[in-house]
Amino acid sequence: MSSVTLGRKTEPLYALVAQFDTVEDIRLAAERTRKAGYTRTDAYTPFPVEGLDEDLGMRPTNLGWVVLIVGILGLLGGFFLQWWANTVYYPLNAGGKPLNSWPNWIVIMYEITILSAGLTAGIGMILRNGLPRPYHSIFNTPGFEQASRDKFFLSIEARDPKFDLVNTRAFLEALEPERVSEVER
Amino acid sequence: MALETGKVTVYPETNRVIRRGETYGSIDDRVLTPVLQGLERTPTWWWIGFGISAALLVVYIVSVVKLITTGIGIFGNNIPVAWGMPIINFVWWIGIGHAGTLISAALLLFRQPWRTTVNRFAEAMTIFAVVCAGLYPILHLGRPWVFYWLVPYPNTFGLFPQFRSPLDWDFFAIGTYFTISLIFWFIGLIPDLASLRDNARNGFQRLLYGVLSLGWNGSTKAWQRYQRAYLLLAALSFPLVLSVHSTIALDFAVAQVPGWNNTIMPPYFVAGAVFAGFAMVLILGVPLRKALKFEHLITLRHLDNAAKLMLATGMIVVYGYFIEVFIAWYSGVEAERYMIWNRMFGPHGKYFWALIFCNFVAIQPLWFRKVRQSPWALFVIALAVSVGMWLERFVIFVVSLTRDYLPSSWSDYVSTFWDWSLFIGSLGLFGTLFFVFVRLLPSIATAETKETAYHDHHHGSDAFETIRMEYYNAEETA
Repeated sequence: MSSVTLGRKTEPLYALVAQFDTVEDIRLAAERTRKAGYTRTDAYTPFPVEGLDEDLGMRPTNLGWVVLIVGILGLLGGFFLQWWANTVYYPLNAGGKPLNSWPNWIVIMYEITILSAGLTAGIGMILRNGLPRPYHSIFNTPGFEQASRDKFFLSIEARDPKFDLVNTRAFLEALEPERVSEVER
Repeated sequence: MALETGKVTVYPETNRVIRRGETYGSIDDRVLTPVLQGLERTPTWWWIGFGISAALLVVYIVSVVKLITTGIGIFGNNIPVAWGMPIINFVWWIGIGHAGTLISAALLLFRQPWRTTVNRFAEAMTIFAVVCAGLYPILHLGRPWVFYWLVPYPNTFGLFPQFRSPLDWDFFAIGTYFTISLIFWFIGLIPDLASLRDNARNGFQRLLYGVLSLGWNGSTKAWQRYQRAYLLLAALSFPLVLSVHSTIALDFAVAQVPGWNNTIMPPYFVAGAVFAGFAMVLILGVPLRKALKFEHLITLRHLDNAAKLMLATGMIVVYGYFIEVFIAWYSGVEAERYMIWNRMFGPHGKYFWALIFCNFVAIQPLWFRKVRQSPWALFVIALAVSVGMWLERFVIFVVSLTRDYLPSSWSDYVSTFWDWSLFIGSLGLFGTLFFVFVRLLPSIATAETKETAYHDHHHGSDAFETIRMEYYNAEETA
């Protein structure tokens, strides 16, 4: 966001960031970066680019399993809530039905399942992404406000074992980006 | 940032999902400008619409104060019609919400590219309609301030809600529906909020959108989880939307009132809800695309598809009407047969025929493509459907209750001033929320639309795009 001033040049380096104009360019660049052996990499795009995660060598997210497990717990919790309340805690004869009249509880069991699974999917995604997080070093990239508009950014972080300011910069320049920036932490 | 200033180009109508040649930047400019422009540039139509809605909101607030200070005796409800206007309006509002979830969830799962530009405002419509709906049963409780007794929580009374009651099922269904719709909507908004943050023109916007966007930066890992979460929420919402109106239908179907105790109620209610919902999508969408000059983003193709869905669900509802009549006759139950006769020719018979006109006759022009492609014709038909669906609930709820098994308990129902002021006021609540939404948040999901534009550049927005456009062009030149 803020431009680099001379006085702050001593700040530790966060990453080298290359800016691209099209989906094809960023995908090609991501693939080459992975093949060159860089691991602490990420790409920033205005919309989800199909296949970019694989180009960067990212593993698929395990969010689906978490949601499944919480959903099942919600289903069981919904059942035991009603079973306990109606048969153990306060047995109530309603219309001569058995106390454990589980068919009557299906709707609430179902709703609690959806509620717990849905909240896990939504809030889980936000928290696993480290949000809310107002400050992130990547925002120091010049022109990064266009990452939400129409530009595509590829970052190689300074903590990458293969990172070397001169070589990595030369590597990124060879990918023919629109520009390469040194981004401070 | 080069957001559009001055005169805004209006693009010609198109049958494509998105105008050919739309770029990522041009989508942002068109959608974000009305949100980010200064207060002094707010268009007149917005002030007029917001003003009328806010005035009606005052009517709502006055009615609620009157209701709380006086009690629910101000409604026309009586015995046997213990459920009058409040439940008609409740079911009417909740039904309207269904199209938004259907568009956002079902069309995502079916990979329909036309959902991307309509899902945002349709989801907003869902949430606001559920707010209007949810307030009705709470206000009708008599002591609305203790509505939380419906939540099962350990309390000093040592009591739990009656889990076997469909009214408690309602509470869970609507509570879940509202929560999931809200989180689905918010997650869809996050990338657009980040866009607004990056384009903010003053400190207020930077703060508002900066906080709401949670620091979204569009990293690939974040998008990966985002897409998975979005898909999961869609997969969870689709059955949810079918279950919500089914649950509401069970309020009636498990009761023994003639005309209510039918197994057809849940599917018939769901179809009616989607029908009413698509009508509301058109009522909001047709003026919205005109006012915000979105004709090249919300195209004739979207209207055409929404109209087709309205026609299809409408005909399912009409099938429901015929089956109700048939089953009443076929069951041989005297009370059921009388119920249908009373519905058609009794004291409220004119409402039945008005509903048949609105929900059956008025939608027949939708078989013709010319009608489906005329925005204002669709607007009028959609208004008729909204009225028709309100009448349908009146006919099912009130007319059935006035004629129970025992003629000694027969009665009539007359609505009161406060019944109507609360209903008209709830329209104001909905309108106010919607106008505020249009002013403060992007009415089209820009990130998703950019994805659609990307696919469109490369291989058309869907597999049949080329074939379809050849058909349209051949027809237009012929």
